[in-house]
Amino acid sequence: MTAIRPFPDAAREGLANPQLRANLARATGTIRDKRRTVVEETPDWEELREAGRAIKARTLAALDEHLLVLERAVESAGGQVWWARDAAEANEAVARIARGHGVTEIVKVKSLTTDELGLNEYLAGQGIDAVETDLAELILQLDGDWSSHILVPALHRNRHEIAELFRRTIDREVGDEPAALAEAARTYLRKKFLAARMGVSGANFLVAETGTAVVVESEGNGRMCTTLPAVLVTVAGIEKVVPRWDDLEVFLQHLPRSSTGERMNPYTSLWSGTRAGEGPSEFHLVLVDNGRTRVLADEVGRGALACIRCSACLNVCPVYERTGGHAYGSIYPGPIGAILTPQLVGIENAATLPYASSLCGACYEACPVKIDIPDILVHLRGRAVEAGTEPASERVAMRGLAHTFASRRAYESAQRLGRGALRLVPWARVGPLRAWGRARDLPSREPRTFRGWWRAR
Amino acid sequence: MVAGKVSSAREEILGRIRAAIESAPAPPAVEARAYRRSGALDREARVALFCERASEYSATVMRCAPAEVAGRIGEICAERGMAHLLVSALEDWNPQPVGVELLPDADLSVSELDSGAGVMTSCAVAIAETGTVVLDGGPGQGRRALTLVPDVHLCVVHVERIVELVPEAIARLTLSAREGRALTFISGPSATADIEFDRVEGVHGPRDLVLLVVDEAQP
Repeated sequence: MTAIRPFPDAAREGLANPQLRANLARATGTIRDKRRTVVEETPDWEELREAGRAIKARTLAALDEHLLVLERAVESAGGQVWWARDAAEANEAVARIARGHGVTEIVKVKSLTTDELGLNEYLAGQGIDAVETDLAELILQLDGDWSSHILVPALHRNRHEIAELFRRTIDREVGDEPAALAEAARTYLRKKFLAARMGVSGANFLVAETGTAVVVESEGNGRMCTTLPAVLVTVAGIEKVVPRWDDLEVFLQHLPRSSTGERMNPYTSLWSGTRAGEGPSEFHLVLVDNGRTRVLADEVGRGALACIRCSACLNVCPVYERTGGHAYGSIYPGPIGAILTPQLVGIENAATLPYASSLCGACYEACPVKIDIPDILVHLRGRAVEAGTEPASERVAMRGLAHTFASRRAYESAQRLGRGALRLVPWARVGPLRAWGRARDLPSREPRTFRGWWRAR
Repeated sequence: MVAGKVSSAREEILGRIRAAIESAPAPPAVEARAYRRSGALDREARVALFCERASEYSATVMRCAPAEVAGRIGEICAERGMAHLLVSALEDWNPQPVGVELLPDADLSVSELDSGAGVMTSCAVAIAETGTVVLDGGPGQGRRALTLVPDVHLCVVHVERIVELVPEAIARLTLSAREGRALTFISGPSATADIEFDRVEGVHGPRDLVLLVVDEAQP
């Protein structure tokens, strides 16, 4: 696993892009308002959050058993279950199924998990075209770009850029209006849907007892990909399982309200295995670990596995709103990315991400399953320090601070020195502390210290 | 060889999980569910809420008495210039609507489904609070492709199918789920907000959703 780019460097690009910042402010502001309206009208929202948290905790505490129940249910419904330790195994499973049917083009529903695995790139190397059918994912795929928001992946592009791209790739005549662009995508993809022989999807939830896969969406591309092709492959992380059918009554209320700010999203598809005369005649479920069991082994960090990928935490995060998603260097941006990515790829490869937060706690308040993101951030900062990944200047400063706080004499003389040093402003803007000082205002110099005032009183 | 590799991945993942959760405290087998699991509205308020919430998605919502259904279906088709409606089976629709020909789904190919006719179905459950209809492939509903490919979906909703809350709908659908039926929750026509977060109605699913609510109590 290669290390991702340090957050402070990567953030600079987003911060310097006025188009991105305008789109971000508008989109996150709009979704925040919509979410607030549909959350406030729900009298039992806090009870639903608590139930969501408890269901996920109960699931993770016996994850092996629930996965085995799921496997049995899917197989007895006529489906086939594959287990993949890592991205390579998951990708090869999908490629093998495609090769087995002589398929060279598949239609795909938006799936963060397959993005994490790099499935499309792997399939391309095998001569198999994976066509993204979610409008935003199609935009990114046509342009060789990548997602910046879980829910609105092409948030960083405006209509003129998209229109220009479409005129270059799928429709020479199309205008700049979103409705016209959506129509162009409909026409382009409809041919592909109606002819597709194999579809690939992720899953929002997998119900163990009934073997049901659930895909929550808006555009209808999810229904197309999971209904029309003869062969359907669903690729999902092992943490997507919920034990019981009625667990869905909680999450189907949480997810649309938290993600798009709707009472319900336009389409939710649920199926188990195969059924004569109804949809695909062959169904495969690929269950993916790819680092998730490592997250599960961390008693504090495992809370991140409860995530239902709603993106509410992105929309309320003051850091995300300014930097955008690309700064997080992974397919999972924002506060949830800051706790998930370092655990999935190893803290030594993403040591700056737990610091991409002011710990204001807005993400925890917004989270429909009550993931204590600030708590996990602090925990991961501790792990980053243990791994020796913090900058040398910080290590020296922290050692010095420990020494200073250890004795009254050292502390008081440091105060005297510090007050003197404030006269030498801007000392924190140059030298080894400049990275710290650049983003902070120095305190004004008080005439005396509290201790001095207390003694003289 | 291949099977051996697959099963070793399975055993290894299960082993990693067991090692990871070994020391975790066991949570209660079933947690407290303090949220609303049964509705509080009377019948009229429930039906009114369904109609209000469904129309907020820009679905067309109408109410009528059972005797008016055949005529209203004819009007809905006439307004849209549609002479044909796909249905799962003819015997599910009695009396037959006026001025429109019903085409039963006799294993129609995808391109036949795409030939320009609308589709008419009933529903298994409808949810008032979210303005949702749920199809489970039962009588009058047909397979999923039938309600996906056509551009107009007319759904006839009998008021006794309307529940107030999502948990009530999930409870009513338990048997369908256990039988392995495919379910589709539909809340308004298809939509996207992928370009500058501007909402556009109608991408791949039916762009025109019409809900005809049939109510014995309707004067």
